[in-house]
Amino acid sequence: MIELRDVHKSFGPIDVLRGVNLSIPTGSSMVIIGGSGTGKSVTLKCVLGLVTPDRGSITLDGQDVTRGDRDAFLARFGMLFQGGALFDSLPVWQNVAFRLLRGALKRPKDEARAIAIEKLRRVGLKPEVADKFPAELSGGMQKRVSLARAIAAEPEIIFFDEPTTGLDPIMSGVINDLIREIVVEMGATAMTITHDMSSVRAIADNVAMLHDGVIQWSGPVADLDQSGDPYVDQFISGRADGPIEAVR
Amino acid sequence: MSMIAQFLASIGATVLGFLATIGRVTIFAGNTVSHLIRPPFYGREFGAALIQIGWLSLPVVGMTALFTGGALALQIYAGGARFNAETVVPSIVAIGLTRELGPVLGGLMVAARVASSIAAEIGTMKVTEQIDALTTLSTNPMKYLTLPRVLAATLAVPVLVGVGDVLGIMGGFLVGVGRLDFGAATYLHNTLDFLTLWDVTSGLIKGAVFGFLVALMGCYFGMNSGRGAQGVGRATKSAVVAASVLILASNYLLTELFFSA
Repeated sequence: MIELRDVHKSFGPIDVLRGVNLSIPTGSSMVIIGGSGTGKSVTLKCVLGLVTPDRGSITLDGQDVTRGDRDAFLARFGMLFQGGALFDSLPVWQNVAFRLLRGALKRPKDEARAIAIEKLRRVGLKPEVADKFPAELSGGMQKRVSLARAIAAEPEIIFFDEPTTGLDPIMSGVINDLIREIVVEMGATAMTITHDMSSVRAIADNVAMLHDGVIQWSGPVADLDQSGDPYVDQFISGRADGPIEAVR
Repeated sequence: MSMIAQFLASIGATVLGFLATIGRVTIFAGNTVSHLIRPPFYGREFGAALIQIGWLSLPVVGMTALFTGGALALQIYAGGARFNAETVVPSIVAIGLTRELGPVLGGLMVAARVASSIAAEIGTMKVTEQIDALTTLSTNPMKYLTLPRVLAATLAVPVLVGVGDVLGIMGGFLVGVGRLDFGAATYLHNTLDFLTLWDVTSGLIKGAVFGFLVALMGCYFGMNSGRGAQGVGRATKSAVVAASVLILASNYLLTELFFSA
């Protein structure tokens, strides 16, 4: 269980998070929705320790995420970054097997390569892709490689940051289905941030709406269309008029 | 607030900002060095940095030294002729190159080539979230990116300076023998007679310090790069400027330390 309690974060004079409270049960898939610049990525980075909250607490299975063995903590996570964040200087298979080539999870090179090729196959990529460099791949392929990297070490928790941004609808559907399949197959806890409603409906067990630095509404994805929350209604219908200002 | 108070406040803010930057760079340097004694050590990244910083800088440093040695010989000959002291050309070329021009010009060339490329590479990695990705993959970016580059530059630049010394003296020799009518044996004899081990060693030590500073500036400004292409561009420019100024300033301090009476 991941729990955020009264998490605050400011950047200079801008208060991005103003008391975020959120619980993500183990094995469930939580999707955080919200407009651009509302702090979705900051929330996710706070959990990972990439950004330090100014106030509040974040716990994983009751343990404060800022204490204890950092490597052991991060070894439980996989992360798909918005832009893929693949390492340009490494071939695809070394990107996927990055964690398996160094550190506590280090495996022999041949074994790491075999695992990388298997993970690439799992996300629908052929073994020939393994020796290419990220710059030689299309956006959709890069996203899949990044997904393969996120699952390579079979983490307990996987974060997805805008997994379908910049992809065409068909490729978005492919990525959404892959994410859902992998999360179910691995029994992983998933936390996804997106403003793509097709992703929400494909991936989520539960949905939380972040707006103005706080969680405005949260609940099962089945309740999303009948939430009764004006923020959620405006967001999912994509209307310009409503409590969320169109010009931010 | 009066105009004078505003003026003084702006000076104060600039000074405070400058001191804060010095503090941040010092902490960054300390953090980098502390990783030397804390495993793991990424040998492959160190090897790649050694090739990138050392081997691939060899042509530019070598050419700089060769032409500087030749030009120096011509200048010293012309200046020495005013005092009937043309014979000092070989020894002054050798001492000037090994103590000062070799390490300083070599350091500046490496700063232009390496500090910019390190800052641009790491800055781009930061903008595209590759640094965050490293962290989430349980890899410390300071250990994986900064330490290998700083260590490689600290070890490679003295070697570049040494090669530059040899090529610079050779440039002086070629001009001395070819253009200034020195005998080859006499030129070499004069060079070796007046050159001491400390002349060479002090230049190599300077090279190590300059290498450290160049890579440190590249990494520091890359890691602290702003967003977008403009942020990376600014980081690259700042890295080169800071590395160049630090090379010149530390050169004075080291010269004062090594050679003041």
